[in-house]
Parts: sequence; C-alpha cells; structure tokens
Amino acid sequence: MITNMKRPVNILITLIITIVMVSCWTDNKKPNFQYMPNMYEPVGYKTYGEYKGFPRQMEAMLPVSGSIPRGWIPYGYKNTPEGKALATKELKIPIEVNEENLSKGKELFNIYCAICHGKKGDGQGTLVKREKFLGIPSLADKGRNITEGDIYHVMMYGLNSMGSYASQTNEKERWQITMHALDLKSKLNGEPLWSSTQNDPTEKETTSEKAN
Amino acid sequence: MKKVNFHNLSSNLSLLLLAFVLVFSTSILAQENGDVKAGEALYKSNCAACHKLDKKGVGPALRNVAEKYERDWLYKWIKNSQGLIKSGDSKAVALFAEYNNSVMTSFPGLSNNDIDNILAYTSLPKPEPKIAVAPVTAKNNDDGNLQNIILAVLVLILLLLVIMFYLVAKSLAKLYKVNGIEEKIEPKIPLWKIFVKNQFLMLVSAIMFLLVAAYFMYGFFMQIGIDQGYAPVQPIHYSHKIHAGANEIDCNYCHSSARKSKHSGIPSLNVCMNCHKHISEYNGEEDLANGYTKDFYDKEIAKLYDAVGWDDAEQRYTGEEKPVKWVRIHNLPDFVYFNHSQHVKVAGVECQTCHGPVEEMEIMYQHSSLTMGWCIDCHRETNVDLENNGYYEKIHEELSKKYNVEKLTAAELGGLECGKCHY
Repeated sequence: MITNMKRPVNILITLIITIVMVSCWTDNKKPNFQYMPNMYEPVGYKTYGEYKGFPRQMEAMLPVSGSIPRGWIPYGYKNTPEGKALATKELKIPIEVNEENLSKGKELFNIYCAICHGKKGDGQGTLVKREKFLGIPSLADKGRNITEGDIYHVMMYGLNSMGSYASQTNEKERWQITMHALDLKSKLNGEPLWSSTQNDPTEKETTSEKAN
Repeated sequence: MKKVNFHNLSSNLSLLLLAFVLVFSTSILAQENGDVKAGEALYKSNCAACHKLDKKGVGPALRNVAEKYERDWLYKWIKNSQGLIKSGDSKAVALFAEYNNSVMTSFPGLSNNDIDNILAYTSLPKPEPKIAVAPVTAKNNDDGNLQNIILAVLVLILLLLVIMFYLVAKSLAKLYKVNGIEEKIEPKIPLWKIFVKNQFLMLVSAIMFLLVAAYFMYGFFMQIGIDQGYAPVQPIHYSHKIHAGANEIDCNYCHSSARKSKHSGIPSLNVCMNCHKHISEYNGEEDLANGYTKDFYDKEIAKLYDAVGWDDAEQRYTGEEKPVKWVRIHNLPDFVYFNHSQHVKVAGVECQTCHGPVEEMEIMYQHSSLTMGWCIDCHRETNVDLENNGYYEKIHEELSKKYNVEKLTAAELGGLECGKCHY
C-alpha cells in the first residue's frame, strides 16, 4: 500500500528533475562548458575581448592618434561645399583603368552602393523599391553632373543622407568603385562606356606613376 | 479614418457608401491645391532623400511648408537655393546657416506647376496614427497570458489528481482497518527476486545497461565545448532576417573586414548609422506572435541612437557614446587558426555555407558545429578553382597527376596538413 501511494509522487519528482536538467542543458542562451578551458582561451588578448586595464575594458581600440596605416595617403579636401567643389574640379583617378580594376569596382559597387543606387546606378536599389529610402537620384542625373572627383569625395565624407564609406573601403577600392560608377553613368546616358574612352597609353603611364 | 469608422459595417450598402465617399473626397482635394498624386510621386523621387514630412531630416520637416513661406520665394529656393543665398536674401541665408550649411540640390527641372503639386502633397493633414494597432498588441499579450493560464490550470489539475489518489488510498486503508480486512501477505516471491536469481538475465541486462550508458556517455562527452545552436541575447536586438533577408543587404556591406582580414568583424556603429541616420522607425511586417512589433523595433533603434550618441530630434551627434557589449557567438579555440578573407575572397565560399540561413534568423545563432571534423569534411569535398592562376599552374598540374584527378580538392592541396591550421 505504501509503495503504491508513493509511486505517483515519485514519478512527479523524477519528471520535475528531468525537466529542470534538460532545460538547463539545452539553454542556448549560454555557451556550453569546455574541457580544460586553458586550451581554448588564448594567453594573449582575444579579438573583441573584455580585459582589465583597457579603457572601458575593451580590447577593441582605435589606433593611437596620429598613427597612419601603411600605404595611406592623406585626403586633402575638406568636408565643406567648397572642398567638394574643389575635389570635383581637380581630383582625378590615380590608378590605371583596366579590366581588373573595373571588375573589382563592379563587385564593390554591388555590395556597398547598389542597395540604394541600384545595380544599374539608376537610383532604384532594393531599399528604394521597399521605400526605406526615397529620392535616390540616378547617377546620370543632369542637375548633378557627377565627375570622378565628385564621386570619390562623396564616398569619402558622405553627402546629406548618405553616410561616409571611408571605414568600409580603402583608397584603391573607392577609386575602383568610381570607375564602375562612371561606366554606369555613361551607360545610362546611352553614351559609349566611360572606361573605353580612357585607353590613352600616354595617360596610363602618368597615372601609374602617380599611384606609385 | 473614415475607413475605420465604416469597417465594421458589413452590408454591401455601407461599402458602396464608403467607396463613394473616398472617391469624392480625393477628387475635392485634387481640385483645390494641385494634383496631390503627382505631387506625392515628385516628392518621393526628389525631396524624400533629405526631407521628411513630420520630422527634421537633413533638411527641415516639410509638412505645411507652403504656409511658412511665400509661394514665389519657394519657387526660387527649390529651383536654385544657392543662387538665392548668394543674392543675399535674409530668409535664405538664415535657413542655410540653421541647417549646417548643407547645400540643397537645385531642381531647375521642376516647373512651377510641379512645385505646386509637391506643396499640395506636403499640405495634406497629418494622418492620425492607426487605431487598429493598439488592440492587436493587447490581444497578443492576452495570447501569452492565455497560454500561461492554461499551463497553470494543467499543473493544478495534476496536483489535485495526486492529492486525490493519496486521499483515496488513505481512506481505503482506513476502510480496510474498520472492516477488519487485513492485507493478505502472500508468500509469493516478488518478481525482482526471481530476476536477481537468474544469472543469465542479470548478465544480459548488465551488458545492456553498460552499452546504453556508454552510448549516452559518448554523446555527452562529444558535445563538450561545442556551441552549435548558441544564440545569446544581444544588447541591441539586431534582426538579420530584416536586414539581410527582407532588405537584401549584402553580408559584406556591414561585415566589410571579412573580405580582407582574419575576422569578419563586428560592424562599428557608424556603419549602422549610414542607414539609420535616415531610418528612425520600423515600418515593415510585424511578428505579433513573438512580440516583434513596430514598437519593439523602434525601441531597438532608439538603443542604437543612445549608444552612438545621435540626437534624432536635432539630427546631430551629441558626442556621448556608450560602447555596445555585443556577445560574440562564433568562437574557435585558441589552438586553431582560421582566416575569413582566405575563405571569402580566395575560395569564394558563400557566408551561408558555414553560417547557415542567416537571412532567415531573427536571432542570430551558431549554425555549424565548428569542430575539426566539420572543417575537414568540407576541405575533402570542395574543389578549388584553379582557373587563371598562372603562378601555380605547374604544381597544380603535377598534383592532378599524382592524385589522378581532374579537379583538386582543398584537401589534396594540403588542406589537411596539421600545420595549416595548428601552429
């Protein structure tokens, strides 16, 4: 009699214990435990790690102020309407216009720009079609009449609603994107491709010198 | 608003009436102030990049702008704002200075009639917030409560049953005592004793027990240190489903360092602000069952503004930044080297191959096991693209001959050598 009485209680207790244990083990909000963590955890600082001794305990820090990445060239135009006008007038593509740079430019344009400006540069990217952004002008917009220096300057600093892309791309990549954008512009205008008009051998020499 | 009022009436008559009213009302508006529809199209394609109707954007909010300035002045400003500023117009100069000297693009292509249409659109009264939203969210909470209530009731019933059984058994025992019936203790040998005495049965069951235990022990030990399915709660709820899925933003847009560095990188907040400077509220689909409402997402965007120090009302940075403590999901142990750029750029592996259907993940989780066996499986199966790789042509040819295959896998190129990943 006594054993019979206890049985449902026993079952209940086991059930509760199992549920608790299973729910602990399958809690996917916490990382699993490790066997000998000192094999897993680095002695040095882990990327994005949290350590004492850093400001805000953040391992991820900005470089020391004034430090310059290898190959970096300062950009001399200011983020003002005057600076933009100057860049539009003076700034020219310093790297060679070739197939490799153009295809890289296309790839990068499709990653960073096409989401708003459209793969054809007509201002009809996915975000525009979904009405997240509106009023993105076509690259061939007559009122803007964009040039190489113009495109580069805007990528560097951003303009109005557009943000700066200087942190996602490097100098060479921005020029590659510029090349592709100019090609798209000429295509939209129904003109011969901009890049096909750039194959003057004398110009090539001077531009490659500049790049070095 | 009219729609809401009439919505509950189901008779055909009321629907007809509704249609009549709607058609009539739009035609009146169109006659009065220029074509609102044409104005809306022009507004969306020309103005909306920088202006919002009810909120400061790069430029001022445009609702009822026609009342603030004279028509002629607006024509001049929209067609050539810089010209107006240079001519020394005091209103123009003040406006230019107020908005940090951001140059408004000139629109010489817009006629006075076009501008009238746009102004007709911006003069529309502000639509009242949808009333339907509130009851729906309330209902959603009810759903959650209902589930909890059902659960509580079930637990209660279970408890009651247990207590009932206990009481019944107790009263039965009492009844036996009162009636003088005693439990007959039969001299029968219990089943377990028979079982214990049978040595063969004991041996077989012991072996079975050990095998089953070994099976579970193996499974348990093999999952130590593996975080497949790990989905931590992030400080800001970022939905890959919305960004990479619905909006089709390329993975590389935010994780730009995956192309050129060891790490795919946690995007810095300035990358978020490339879009969210403009997008301050969520207007997409709501997932009411899980509580992902517009209100929920708007609060998450507000958290981003708080962290990056963006004053949305004034449209400027305050300079008070708070770092966001994102929780890293994918961790490889220290003794293994992995490089993103090598896989993304050189091999051209899709992000989804390892990270799973990220574009469907509302909450990001670890899709793959990230064990060594998992790496090696892929290296064994993946053919390497050797086209247009002149520098290594000779060695690729010789390796093909050695393994007698046309296409080399990553493993055959040395992708299984210990030193490639462990050093």
